[in-house]
Amino acid sequence: MKQRQFEASHQRAWAAFEAQLGQAERAKAPVEHAQTFGPAYRRLCSHLALAQERQYTSHLIDRLQHLALRGHQQLYRHQPKPSAQLAHFLWVGFPRQVRAKGVFVLLAAATLSGTLALVAGLVYAYPELAYSVLPAGQLASIEQMYSPAHSHLGRAADRQASADWVMFCFYVMNNIGIAFQTFASGLLVGLGSLFYLFYNGLQIGVVAGHVSHSAAGLPFWSFVIGHGAFELTAITLAGAAGLQLGWALIAPGPLSRGQALRQAAKAAVQLVYGVVVFLLVAALLEAYWSAKGSITPATKFAVGAALWAGVLAYLLLAGRTPRAA
Amino acid sequence: MLATGPHPPPVDTLMLVETPEGIDLPLRPAGLVPRALAFTVDLAIRGVVLLLLALLLHPQGDMGVGALLLAIFLVNGWYMVLFEVLHQGRTPGKQLLGLRVVLDDGTPIGWSASLLRNLLRAADMLPLGYALGITSSLLHPAFKRVGDLAAGTLVVYQDAPPPVLRWPEVAPAPAPFALAASEQRALLELVQRQANLAPARVEELAALLAPALGVPAQQAMARINGIARAWVGPA
Repeated sequence: MKQRQFEASHQRAWAAFEAQLGQAERAKAPVEHAQTFGPAYRRLCSHLALAQERQYTSHLIDRLQHLALRGHQQLYRHQPKPSAQLAHFLWVGFPRQVRAKGVFVLLAAATLSGTLALVAGLVYAYPELAYSVLPAGQLASIEQMYSPAHSHLGRAADRQASADWVMFCFYVMNNIGIAFQTFASGLLVGLGSLFYLFYNGLQIGVVAGHVSHSAAGLPFWSFVIGHGAFELTAITLAGAAGLQLGWALIAPGPLSRGQALRQAAKAAVQLVYGVVVFLLVAALLEAYWSAKGSITPATKFAVGAALWAGVLAYLLLAGRTPRAA
Repeated sequence: MLATGPHPPPVDTLMLVETPEGIDLPLRPAGLVPRALAFTVDLAIRGVVLLLLALLLHPQGDMGVGALLLAIFLVNGWYMVLFEVLHQGRTPGKQLLGLRVVLDDGTPIGWSASLLRNLLRAADMLPLGYALGITSSLLHPAFKRVGDLAAGTLVVYQDAPPPVLRWPEVAPAPAPFALAASEQRALLELVQRQANLAPARVEELAALLAPALGVPAQQAMARINGIARAWVGPA
């Protein structure tokens, strides 16, 4: 067939397809609802193949290629319904993913909690060590923050009720920032994640060891125990996700490093989704529960212990398929 | 004529992705400079938005400060991801520069890939001034930064639709001798492009063929139009 005849006989179909594309791109008529889109796209693809095979001019081929590229973009989009997915992910997918990457989670947990416990113990035994890590002024203000005289604990001690909201926003920003940093730096063959886990363990350890000596010890521990269940776990999991990236670069196995990294990243981003949810919960607790001075420490310890047990049970047990009897 | 034999493949960034329909889609990865410019535009937009929000929210007391903190977090952390996923892979900066983000196989980017490539931006910025990302994208054949490598994404040019070109309405006049397929194609392209070229340049190009066709140089283009018409057939 001569090119002109080919153009003349299909011109209208191409124009119609282009109009449909325009609508789909402006999200007016989603592709899924258009019964005609798939067949029209396939017809266009076969026209393109024919035009190339018959050596038609490059203007025609460019035009068909342009349409095919846009059609491809609209047809092959994978955006599942987020609502149904989220519930399933939280109940089943996330805890399974955590257990599947258990080695990295354990390594991250050991780094963070090991540093924390070691440093806290050292500072408790030799209080002067604290001053070689944090400046004296900062330590004093931390002590002041958790002093039993305040009705609100944590940062900005003398705050109003409306300030709970400010603190919530601050915690969300600050913690998610730390978690993302811990994750992303895992690309440096895992060293970045290990560093941030160590660094956070060091900071928290020094503060914990230091305040345990003073009158602020009890309020401090009652303050951190509740949201700590979510916050420390979230940092650990972010670190584990980062270590996964690093390990893919160190030991890619039978894959190329690029492929291994892509696979590891796909799995790691699942952990990151969970980390974000955990940190939102942690920020809510930190701003609206942990900081309330009116709740007795005993209640806080009880609730905190329950939260820790709940988080661990969730990560260890949720999403297991019951064994067939 | 140049030396015979197959030409070496031209040095080109064009990537062909084969689709399930059996056709090759051309993707043209964008280099460092347009990407950096797009990022700068996005940075400026975010800066202006946050500045306006700060002026608006800061006087509102504690609630305003909280909302501002949240807005900073949302704008800085999610601007790229939301635009890339919900706006066909284009942030305003990329749209301005004619770029878009797609997956390696040319399909649209989803939440996971977009979140990954934007989270790992933090690693690309190391140790300072995007050094890692710049090095990586200069060394990679498809100009990928580290975040793109991990997420399996690609920043490509989004071409404007090519214009529809008309064939000249002249009487068909068959060629006096046989031409190879590639030669036919070269002539057809000249016929289609003549409206976009300066008249002197058209005449100059057509004159190359005048001796072979046995016509004066001034009439060569008219003759070529007739030959093309005979090839492409009646409408």
